[in-house]
Amino acid sequence: MDKINQTETIAGSEVLIRSLIAEGVDTIFGYPGGAIMPVFDALYDHKHEIRHILVRHEQGALHAAQGYARVSKKVGVALVTSGPGATNAITGITDAMMDSTPLVVISGQVNSTLLGSDAFQEADVIGVTQPITKWAYQIRRAEDIAWAVSRAFYIASSGRPGPVVLDIAKDAQVLKSDYSYQKTTFLRSYHPLPQVEEERIKMAADIINSAQKPFALVGQGVVLGNAEQELRAFLEKGGIPFGSTILGLSAIPSDHPLNQGMLGMHGNVAANMKTNECDVLIAIGMRFDDRVTGDLKSYAKQAKVIHFDIDQAEMDKNVKTTVKVLGDAKQTLPMVTGLLEQKSYPEWLEEFKSYAQKEFDCIIKNELYPENGGAIKMGEVVNKVTEATQNKAVCVTDVGQHQMMATRYFKYNQSRSMVTSGGLGTMGFGLPAGIGAKYGAPDRTVCIFVGDGGLQMTIQEFGTIMEYGIDVKIILLNNNFLGMVRQWQELFFDERYSETHLKNPDFIKIADAYNIKGRKVTERTELDGAIEEMLTHKGPYLLEVVVETKGMVYPMVPAGGSITNILLGNGHSL
Amino acid sequence: MDGNKILYTITIFSENTVGVLNQITTIFTRRQLNIETLSVSPSAIRGIHKFTITTYSDDEEVMKKLVRLIDKRVDILKAYFNTDEDLVHQELALYKLATDKVMEHGSIEYLVRKYNIRILEVSKDCVVFLKAGHYEETQGLFEELAETIGVLQFVRSGRIAITKSKVERLSDMLAKWEQQRIGFVNPENVIENQ
Repeated sequence: MDKINQTETIAGSEVLIRSLIAEGVDTIFGYPGGAIMPVFDALYDHKHEIRHILVRHEQGALHAAQGYARVSKKVGVALVTSGPGATNAITGITDAMMDSTPLVVISGQVNSTLLGSDAFQEADVIGVTQPITKWAYQIRRAEDIAWAVSRAFYIASSGRPGPVVLDIAKDAQVLKSDYSYQKTTFLRSYHPLPQVEEERIKMAADIINSAQKPFALVGQGVVLGNAEQELRAFLEKGGIPFGSTILGLSAIPSDHPLNQGMLGMHGNVAANMKTNECDVLIAIGMRFDDRVTGDLKSYAKQAKVIHFDIDQAEMDKNVKTTVKVLGDAKQTLPMVTGLLEQKSYPEWLEEFKSYAQKEFDCIIKNELYPENGGAIKMGEVVNKVTEATQNKAVCVTDVGQHQMMATRYFKYNQSRSMVTSGGLGTMGFGLPAGIGAKYGAPDRTVCIFVGDGGLQMTIQEFGTIMEYGIDVKIILLNNNFLGMVRQWQELFFDERYSETHLKNPDFIKIADAYNIKGRKVTERTELDGAIEEMLTHKGPYLLEVVVETKGMVYPMVPAGGSITNILLGNGHSL
Repeated sequence: MDGNKILYTITIFSENTVGVLNQITTIFTRRQLNIETLSVSPSAIRGIHKFTITTYSDDEEVMKKLVRLIDKRVDILKAYFNTDEDLVHQELALYKLATDKVMEHGSIEYLVRKYNIRILEVSKDCVVFLKAGHYEETQGLFEELAETIGVLQFVRSGRIAITKSKVERLSDMLAKWEQQRIGFVNPENVIENQ
């Protein structure tokens, strides 16, 4: 600490790099350009301390930083230039805001003297990003860089995490400033850790202790708060079955006896049905997204609702709660657990099983283990990959049908194993997020599931994979359709397939051009061998599986309908 | 205005940083709330700005959500809402009238007494009235002047308001946070800003 606290006079760009190092940053995803060149120049002298991954498009830098942050618990850092560099980053910033991912995004900006003059590559980055960031700040003087970086990391990573943008004028990067670094631990106007009210803890525990049919909803807040163990202790002592939101999926291992799977539109039947049958609903670090709740007017009306969250703005936002437990789950869960009676609800758990059996018979059996031949099914591929990795891999997805198949059928035995775009639903997320995830968890196998549509939105990141030899396993589920939109067209638009069929390129040839080994599988008999080949291959691999053209993701709760109005498909009904 | 809508007054204290207003108005926009009046000025506490915003809504829950979202922004210290019963509030209005028309009117004393008008300026071209009061009062004068004399220019400020309650939310909170801050700071890590 002594060394970095000594005062020196150095260029703003050097201040920035040293400040990042002081925050423990060792990996940055970025793309250079005019207004950020001084920073890239300073970076050149610090290659041994900070690794910069040169992506092929700024959107890729953002999603990679997201993937990195999600698996590593660290703050993801992206570095882009002004104007188009910054506007290309907008999708990733918004995605990180929706999914509470801690990011510090540093954008170059034109000289402070040119601000507001429509200068070359000038964009009002603060104006554009304020609504989609936790904090956005424009730095116009070199002496403001160190404290702003310190503040940015504090804000991004504390409380409910989120993205922060620092927009640094070019002259601030060039001019000299005194440098000393001090970590931020307090801001007068920002209080990320709410004080826990003991009374609420007691009320929550009393309600849970008197429950006959409790059910818990586990969200990403548990993972962000590193409260997986505390959650497990809480659920096990209370004997409480639970379902997970898409982002909460790997918080507790898939095979845990209380785990009832995923909630929401394509979630598990039992988890959704029981939400409307339980007497106490315990939401932990989740925000009652409309894809989880369906129509709010018919959602869990019979239940007392207890909401654990760190963000006061989420309380009563969508679902009116009986008890609000504001605070960090790592702190509040053990307090409640301490007051819980050791319980189990064998009959209540049995009720989940009958729905699970129904779902298996009507949907899962044929999706994972099809007996009558025909084209390869999406779920079947996911299942074979998770089995071949002993459920130990990090699962990264893009957005669409393959995403729902991956979240439904991939299995986990450790936390931070699911990286997907939950809130924003960003196509093109998967490939770059997978790159970031590999840097965040270099010792783990990273499996990226993508569709033929989404892959082509950020396919240029094959270049990044080639340049750094990033060992990601890309599983392309190719149905030559924008499958999820096609599914909705089939169900709700009289099978009018408007602009959803894709004439696709030879993906294996493209991968080959980037020196990525690839294999295309069209026959079921080849699938196991190809997965084996992919996983044993050292280095990046593209496995393209041609899947059924008009596959459907079931179960499905039609948008806006009750969460218990579940379509099972193929003539089945509950 | 829609009959069952209530006028809410939202009070916001913020750090004096660039772009706070943008952050606040974005939240109104997303919730489809129209800002009726807006007034911003430095508060009694150095470095802290006070916003007073009025908006109509038929749902108090919406107001609760609105202030939570505003409060959540990093640069905002405190946001809360009140209805008129909780407040002493005031608006200012200026009225520019043609001097010759005023002279023709003949009963200026009556107007000045009735509306408690202050006269700020009298020149050969114009007379400027000032009236402080609630919306209905400043509007009442405007309508009477418009009918009888004719108004050349008219402007009304946003509402300013203070609460009647004995709770001083901002200063109580600042005192609490100051305690917290003292708890947070490890003296060994404190380096004076250069």
